This record gives sequence, structure tokens and C-alpha cells, in this order.
Amino acid sequence: MKTRSSTSLFQRDLVLEAMKQAFVKLDPRILVRNPVMFTVEVGTAVMLVVSLLVAFGERSQGSLGYNVAIFLLLLLTVLFANFAEAIAEARGKAQADSLRRTREDTPARLLLPDGSVRQTRSNELRKGDRFVCEAGDLIPADGEIVKGLASVDESAITGESAPVIREAGGDRSSVTGGTRVLSDRIVVEVTGEPGTSFLDRMIALVEGASRQKTPNEIALTILLAGFTLVFLIVCITLPAFAGYAGTGLTVGALIALFVCLVPTTIGGLLSAIGIAGMDRALRANVISKSGKAVETAGDVDVLLLDKTGTITIGNRKATAFHPAPGVDRDLFIRACALGSLADATPEGKSIVELAGPAVTRGLSLEGAGLIAFTAGTRTSGVDLPSGTRIRKGALDAIRRSAEQAGHAFPREVDAEVTRIAANGGTPLVVAENEQVVGCIELQDVIKPGIQERFERLRKMGVRTVMVTGDNPLTAKYIAGKAGVDDFIAEATPEDKMAYIRKEQGSGRLVAMMGDGTNDAPALAQADVGVAMNSGTQAAKEAGNMVDLDNDPTKLIEVVEIGKQLLMTRGTLTTFSIANDVAKYFAIVPALFITGLPALGALNVMRLHSPESAILSAVVFNAVIIPLLIPLALRGVAYKPIGASAILRRNLLLYGLGGLIAPFLGIKAIDLVVSLFC
Amino acid sequence: MDTEILGIVTLFLATVVLAVPLGRYIARVYAGERSLLDPVMGPVERFFFRIAGIDAQRQMTWKEHLKALLTINLVWFLWAMFVLTNQGWLPWNPDGNPGMGADLAFNTAISFVVNCNLQHYSGETGATYFSQVFALLFLQFVSAGTGMAAAAMVFKALRGPADRTGERPAARLGNFYDHFLKSMTRVLLPLSLLVAVLLLLNGTPQTAAGRDRIATLQGDTVEVARGPVAGFVAIKHLGTNGGGYYGANSAHPLENPSYFTNMLEMWAQMIVPLAMVFALGFHLRKKRFAWMVFGVMTVGFLALAVPNMVLEMRGNPAIDALGVDQGSGAMEGKEVRLGAAASGFWSVATTVISTGSVNAMHDSTMPLSGMNELLAMMTNAFYGGVGVGILNFFVFIILAVFISGLMVGRTPELLGRKVEAREVKIAVIVTLLHPLLILTGAALAAYAITRHPDLGWLNNPGPHGFSEMLYEYTSSAANNGSGFEGLGDNTPWWNISTAIVLLLGRFLPIIGPLAIAGLLAGKPYVPAGAGTLRTDTATFGVVVFGVIAIVAALSFFPALALGPIAEHFSR
Repeated sequence: MKTRSSTSLFQRDLVLEAMKQAFVKLDPRILVRNPVMFTVEVGTAVMLVVSLLVAFGERSQGSLGYNVAIFLLLLLTVLFANFAEAIAEARGKAQADSLRRTREDTPARLLLPDGSVRQTRSNELRKGDRFVCEAGDLIPADGEIVKGLASVDESAITGESAPVIREAGGDRSSVTGGTRVLSDRIVVEVTGEPGTSFLDRMIALVEGASRQKTPNEIALTILLAGFTLVFLIVCITLPAFAGYAGTGLTVGALIALFVCLVPTTIGGLLSAIGIAGMDRALRANVISKSGKAVETAGDVDVLLLDKTGTITIGNRKATAFHPAPGVDRDLFIRACALGSLADATPEGKSIVELAGPAVTRGLSLEGAGLIAFTAGTRTSGVDLPSGTRIRKGALDAIRRSAEQAGHAFPREVDAEVTRIAANGGTPLVVAENEQVVGCIELQDVIKPGIQERFERLRKMGVRTVMVTGDNPLTAKYIAGKAGVDDFIAEATPEDKMAYIRKEQGSGRLVAMMGDGTNDAPALAQADVGVAMNSGTQAAKEAGNMVDLDNDPTKLIEVVEIGKQLLMTRGTLTTFSIANDVAKYFAIVPALFITGLPALGALNVMRLHSPESAILSAVVFNAVIIPLLIPLALRGVAYKPIGASAILRRNLLLYGLGGLIAPFLGIKAIDLVVSLFC
Repeated sequence: MDTEILGIVTLFLATVVLAVPLGRYIARVYAGERSLLDPVMGPVERFFFRIAGIDAQRQMTWKEHLKALLTINLVWFLWAMFVLTNQGWLPWNPDGNPGMGADLAFNTAISFVVNCNLQHYSGETGATYFSQVFALLFLQFVSAGTGMAAAAMVFKALRGPADRTGERPAARLGNFYDHFLKSMTRVLLPLSLLVAVLLLLNGTPQTAAGRDRIATLQGDTVEVARGPVAGFVAIKHLGTNGGGYYGANSAHPLENPSYFTNMLEMWAQMIVPLAMVFALGFHLRKKRFAWMVFGVMTVGFLALAVPNMVLEMRGNPAIDALGVDQGSGAMEGKEVRLGAAASGFWSVATTVISTGSVNAMHDSTMPLSGMNELLAMMTNAFYGGVGVGILNFFVFIILAVFISGLMVGRTPELLGRKVEAREVKIAVIVTLLHPLLILTGAALAAYAITRHPDLGWLNNPGPHGFSEMLYEYTSSAANNGSGFEGLGDNTPWWNISTAIVLLLGRFLPIIGPLAIAGLLAGKPYVPAGAGTLRTDTATFGVVVFGVIAIVAALSFFPALALGPIAEHFSR
């Protein structure tokens, strides 16, 4: 997806395919899913019969040309609606295909239980199978690394060219089919049956067939069906009224009135809007397991974000050395560098980095004993061959060992530690032979531009909560600096769950981004759980979306897509219904003018003749559908300006606009139509 | 300013000003808080509950509310049927009026049970004192109480979760009988007493004696029907029933003797529906929301009432053309003591509010006034009848919330509850019902009379005749009860068909909103956040108004075009 699909809405091949599908979708068994357009199709069929009757000599229904024109226009209305859905599907499919290409049948090397390797194909792989990948291999299926470490090029999925490291165990163990191993050898266990991967599910979502209507879509369909019924009643009772008034009604005029009144505009575009929403999610490199999840994202009130990698860049970095009084600064730095040289943690590396090559060049750990960090000791360091023991670690751990050895803890270091913590930093106390020699200041680096993103979320009505393992003091400092609304410090998985439950208990919808296995329960509990593609399989299974870009602030885009989806439906419904006012004024006088000439006064648009009035209204009704397809596919623009302001804006644009536009449109069409009849 | 207009403006303002404190009082009554009439009515209520074996403290679910409501209505219907068909031999019949025929009794009983009072009979000859008081007046009280009790449940359902326990309101919907009885003892009865006394002092009779015989100035003698009128007229308006004691309703000189009583009766019919709007605000502690509702209702009301006053005061252009002076407006079908402005205003007040009492013949109003009267009933949500008006409006709020929720990109919420498919479905059915009943009824009648002109119920040909039929079904579906008159409606066809329309038009629009409110009350409460769409703003009011105008009014455009609009343009 490096080349994000061209921004043109109507690519030639897609349009051709959609045009073909528009006819295929005329099948009433398909169309019945859309009650509004189904009634229009029934009306079209009736008009066909009427046209045939007129062709064979029926006199009371107006001219043949007029009836055939109505028939064709109605057919066109249905075709336009079908086309809208088909083009949305075609675009979704094209998007999905480009993803699917990456997972076409690839060779796979199946690892048999006896340790031997057999060549096979990726579509033969079953859940639980293990396969081997080496440098240059395409990973044949989604899975979890059970052995080894490799750098993987995931650009086919994410568009990000920098390779990522994937290794067995921990939170970076999952690999995606279609990505390429660049170095080393890994053994991967397949985690899904063919056809059940996220991508397969997503492809099904953009392809109409298995698309489930979302709750809001169902409610809207009910509303539209209700409108359709009201207008059905209006039209069915009309012949009796007209009969009383002594004015005949042609079937064509009646069906034209009905089709113009029912909300064909939204009815025709409804499924296209839904599909386009999923498609937009896909374009944002988010794979959603259901349409509902995307809609729910639009309603999210609270967003839980991990601090590390989201709010701050990577991990903490060492920013300053603070030797204890009486300790030589250079010696202190040297001790720190020595104690961290073998430390592969990001913190350790940053200490070495801060010490600088001038200090570290001459250092050697030849013969030294490495002491790795454990949760029990909460310290790490080295035992040098000279017998010197260097330890660095949390304040209380070092203090205990120092006091046990009978050394006093320098007051100055204590003060320094407090100051660092208050500034949001993390102090690492360093001891040499259990004697405290100073401390290292680690600081979080806040991602540039993150404050603006949180501000945007706040304007959307989403509260952001930072989740961190830091102590409350540090957490508070970073939270304030990054501009999040709340934080959970010293967070355990249980704390996250409890927080989510608490928010949900008070009726809020919670979204959570996570990647680790220990995030899985919280991702499952959250209303919208977005797992990083780089995260573990467990996390991906637990959430209802996967972000291929591993971008923790992606949720902003997902929220916008969700909101756009609803807004597009809402505004087009309003537009569609507001159009009815003008259509009434076009058609009603035309219907009765022969029997009640006085009603000519209602012809406020001064339309040429009853026939031209009816035809113009039907033409407008048909043409407005393709005109609005781009809007349906792109979605109504969302601006975080507050709900009431959005309502005012959309009401003016689509409510008032929907009231006025058809008056102008029908009049303009009538000017043209009147040249012919 | 013209004194006639000044009178109306004063009346309207007085109604609004008094509706606010009354609303606060009603909210207190339903909340079970201490209120003014506790010492007087408390023991009465306890007495009733004790003999009926009702535990008024027991909280009912919304389904239990509905069950109680429907059951007790059925009992009243049977009682009314019995009284009306047997009134001939029952006591207190000084004028010796006969019992009603089955179809007329069916129509009358239903129309009083449903708070409509579509009267296909004339009180003077068609009913006895016994049936007027023990069937009709009784039903005028209880049908109004039913509507108020239903609204009270909706009020309680829309509250937030309990302050301390966080319990959802579904478990705290109150007790139907409690709401119902208190609606009468605390609101309708005291106000009725007040209005009745004022009417009495201004010449409306209240007597057990039979007809009076008087000699007119011309020298001939006429019989004047009397009876327990004042009390009847008071609740007829306060309960927005509208059924007159006399056939001529409030155009009758004894039912509405003077300009003052006319103003009083107008006040009486508007006060409770308006107060219910404010009661909603006080009960929910959301006064802005109540003002939004009131604002939309008032804009709708004035949009209909002002043109009617203007049209009626301006006079009939056809009479102008004859060179006849119309200084006092179009006076055909109006009472001189009341005047054109008050009659024009009343014609819309009585139709928006579902009272259906008339002080002038709607048949004789200008065609477009007639259209506004029809529109008032077709929308049926601008103030509306006691209790039920706010229920109708509630349905439109649901639709407006749904559409505007989508428009701002959020799953629609009303007062902290998500509005989902089930609520929308119910709201759609209720909204659909109104055009279905009105248009189907009118279509059948129009078809029948076109095919068989000898059915003979039309006294006017052309669009006006059509308006009469349309009006009758509109009035029935809206439970209004006013007639366009001119229609020969005491026939089995009209009696039975309108009775069916009345029943459906009453109970489905009660069941629907109660069900929606009940469902909402059981949902988790979402406190308003930064992204929540506020429903107490003018913008949201515009959406509600738009939904009412387009959904409720526009469906009737073709029918109106063939009736009043055609009549207007073809003069």
C-alpha cells in the first residue's frame, strides 16, 4: 500500500465494473434488502406494464412517450442507486485486492514434528502448523514466532519501509502473512485457519455480500421504511380523493409522485455510505473486524493510551549524571558507563550514549560478571574482575543494600532523587561496592505534535487517559506536559481493566490502544480495542481493530471515520426529506390541474405543463443520486467544532440546502424539458 | 392596539405566566413531595386506595403502567355503554330523553373514554342528566387523568439515575394509580371547582331542574334546556375534552354566556397542557429543555393561530365583493358577543390542544382558517391534549434526536440514553398511524360518496364537502372531537368508523411513547460529555419543528390541496 490508491473516485475500470453490477443488482431478491429502492423497482415494473398497455391502445394514461419516459427515468433511478453501491464495493474490493495480492499463494516450509522441513503452499497451512522462514522468505501466513528473532520488512502491509524486529516471546512475536523476512531464521506457529485472518474478514466487510448492517444503519433503515410507508399511504389514498374531486389521475403521475416522495436519495446511497466508511478505514490502514466497531469509534468518550511509544518517544533516556558530593564526576560517569555497557535495555543503552564515546571507548568488560535486572533485586550492574561491584537501580533497592553494608545514604543524593522525580524524570541510583556514588537522571521525551492531537481529541469530546508504569509523581508530570486529561500510574493490567469498567459503568464508551499480551483483557473489555499489528496475537484477537501502521494515535482517524459515517447518513437523510417540499409543489398542482384549475396557484415554480412538471421532478430525483455519490464515498467533512455547531452547520447546508436546491433544480430541468413537450 | 387583539394577547400571556407555577406544582405532586393540598386531599386519596386495596407506593414497570391504564379504560368504556344505552329508564331524566342506539352509544362511549368527545348527538335531547354527569362528565375527568398519568410515567422515565444508588429510573417509574388519582384530586378537581364557580357567577346554569319555558320578545314560547352545565363545561376545558353540554357547544349562550366566560374557557383549555410542559422541566430539573419544547410548540401554535385571527378579522372577500360592510370581520357562524378575533384564536387553540370545543362554527371559517384547524390536529403536538400532547411531542423528539444525532456523527442520545432501532421503530409506527387513520378514513368516505351520492351525508358539494370528511377523521384520529359540522355524521358508517379511528388514535400514541420511555429508562445513563448533542438548544428546536412540519404536516399536503386550498383558490 505504498502507493495509496489513487485519490480519483471514479477509476475507469472500477466504473465499468460498477456499471455491470448496477444491472446485476436489479435482481429483486437482492434489492429487497433495501426497502426504499425496492418499492421504486416495483413502481418501475408497474410503469413498464402501463407503457405496454398504452402502446397497445390504452387511452386514459397519457401519451406513450410520456409513460415510457417515466418508466426509463425510474429505471435509471434504481440503476443509479445500484451503481452507487457497486462503485463503493468496487473501490473496497480494489483496496482489498491490493492487500490480498500480498497473500496470494506463496511457498511455505512446513516444520514437521520430527524436525524435518517439507515444502508446501501457504493455503495448505492450518492453525497450529509451524513453518520456517529465513532471510528473503515471504512469510506465508499470520502467526506467532515460537523460536528465533528476525528483522522483517512489513512495508507491504504498513507502507513503512524501515524493517522491524520480531522475536519469540514478549510482545513483538507476531508476524503477518505477506511480509518478508530480511535476516535470521524464525519458526512461526500459524494462528488462524485460511480465510479467517483479519484481512479476510475485512475483505468480506467491504464486499457487500457478508456485510452486516450496523445498529445505526438498521435504525435508519426502519426510519426510511417508515417514511416510505407514509408516502405509500399518501399515494394510495390519492385516487379516491381525486375521484371525489372529479379529476382523473394517471398511474404514471401517481407513481412519479410516490417515487419522488420516498427518500430515494438516502435510500439509494445508504449502503454505499456504509461500504465507503469501511473502505476509508482500510485506507487509513486500520483493519476492523466489524462495521459496528468503526461506528462505535465515533461515539468514544474516553481513550486509554500507553505512555511509552505513544505519548513519549520510545523509552526513557538518560539526560544527566549527578555524582554524590565528594565523588569525581569523570569517575562517576565511567562507573555508570561500565555498569551499563552490558545492559541491553533502552535505558542502559541511553546511559552509554550519554557518557559518550570518549568515555566508553576504552572500557572493557573482559572477565566481568554481569548482573541482569530482575524484578526481585530491581538493580543491575557488573562485578568487575578487580572486585569492584557496580550496581544501579531503584532508590529503595540501592538504599537497602547500602544500609545493610553500613554505609550512610548521602542526603544530597536523596534530595537530587526527589527533585528528578518531581520533574517527571526517573532517578537511577548508582552504587560502587554498596556505597552510593550518585544518580542518573532519566527523562521521557514527549513526541512532538502530540499535544495538538490530544487537543483535537478533546474538541471531538474524547478524553485521553495515559497509562504508565511510572510512579504517580512522574506520571503526573508527563501527563501535564503532554496535555492528557487523566493518567493511571503504576498501572497493572488489573488497574486498566478496573479503570475501563469504571468508565463503562458510568455509561462512557472506552477505546484502548494496546499491543502486549497483558493488554488483551483490557482490549477485549474496551468498547473499541485497537491492537497494534506489531503486537501479540493475543492482543490482536482481543481487540476489534488492528492498526497496520502501529500508530497509537491512529484512533483519532478512526473516530473521525466513525463520525463521518453517521454524519453522511444523517445529512443525506435530512437532504432527502427536505427535498420533498419542492417535489410536492411540483407534482401536486400538476396532478389536479385538469380537475381543479384553481390549484394552478400552487405551481409556484411556474413549471411549463403538468407533464413537464412531473418529468422534471422525476429527473431531479434520479440525477441527484449520482451527483451525491462523491459525497457518499468521501463522507461529510468532520470538523471538531462541537456538536451544536456541527448540527447548525449541517442543518443549514443539508436542511436548508435540501429545501432550496430542488426548487432551483426542478425549475432548471423544466426549462429544458419544456423544449420537448 | 385593537381591543380584540389586546384581549387575546393578554389571555395568552396570562396563560403562560400561570402555567409556570402550575407546572412546578404538578411536578411536585408527581414527585410525591409536600404540596398545598396535602391536608385536604391526602386523606381522600388514602381512603380511595384503602377501599380499592391499592398500594400506591408500589413501583410499577412500564408494562404494568400500560396494563393498569388499558384495563381501567376498558371498565369505563363498559360502564359508559351501559349508561348511555339505558339512560331512558335510569333516574334523573327530567326531560324524558330516550336511550341511545347501539352504534351512537358505541361512538359516544369511546369518544369520551379517549378524551375526544366527538359528539354525534346533541346534549339537550340525546343525553339525560344522569348520563351527562355519571357517564360523560365522569369520563371527562378520568380520561384527562389517564393522559396526565401516562405523561407522569414518561417524566419519571426520563430522569437520570438515582442520586445515591445510581439505580436506573426503570425501577422508579411510580405507580399508575397514584399518578392517576393525584392528577384528579390535586389538579383537575380543584381547578374545575374554581372555573365552575366563575362560570356559575356569569350565568351558566347548574341545576337539577328540567327544561325551562320562556316567552321570547316575539311572543312565542321556547323551551330552554338546563341542567348541571357549569361543572360540565369546566372539566370539558380543563381536561381538554371539548364535549359540550349542549349541541352547540361553547357557542351556546348558556354554555358560554359572555366575553369573560369565553376568555375563561380559553384559559382553562390551555392552562394544563402548557403547565405539563413546564412540569416536565421542573420534574427533570431541565428547565431549558422545557423551554425548548415550549418554544417549538409556541412557534407552531402562533404560526397557525395568527393567520386565523387575521383571516377572520379581515372578513370574507366574497361578501366584500357584494359591498357589505364587514367591520367586525367574517361573522358567519360566529357569536356577536365573542367577536372574530376571539373566535379565530379559539379555533386554533381548540384544535392544537385537542379540546375540540367550539365557540363558532369551523365550517364557516375562511378556507385557509379551516386548513390551519386541520393542520393543528394533523400535527397534534403543539401543546396537545392534557398529558397526551407531550407524549405526541415526545415521539417527534425521538425522531429529531435520531436524525440530528446522526447529523453530528454520534449515536443518537436523548437525555443520556441511546436511541436505537427499537425506539425508532416504535416512534415510526406511532408517526405513521396518524396519516394512515386520517387518509384511509377520508379515502374510504370519499370513495363511497363518489360512488353512491345517495348516501347523503354531505350537505356541501366540492372541496368544502371533502374538507368536512377529512376534518371528521382528522378530529377523530387526533382525539380532538370538534366537528366541521355540515356533515350528517350520525350514521352507522360514521359512528363505527370514527370510533375505530378514535380508539387507535388514542391508545397507540399512549402505548408507543410509554414503551419508548420505558425502554429508555432501562438503558445505561450516559452523562453528557463534550461531544454530546444538547437537546435544549434553539438549533435542536429547529430540527424538532422541521420533523413535525415535514413528517406530520407534509403528508397531508395533497389532501389539503383538494380541500381547503382548492376552496381558497377557487373563490
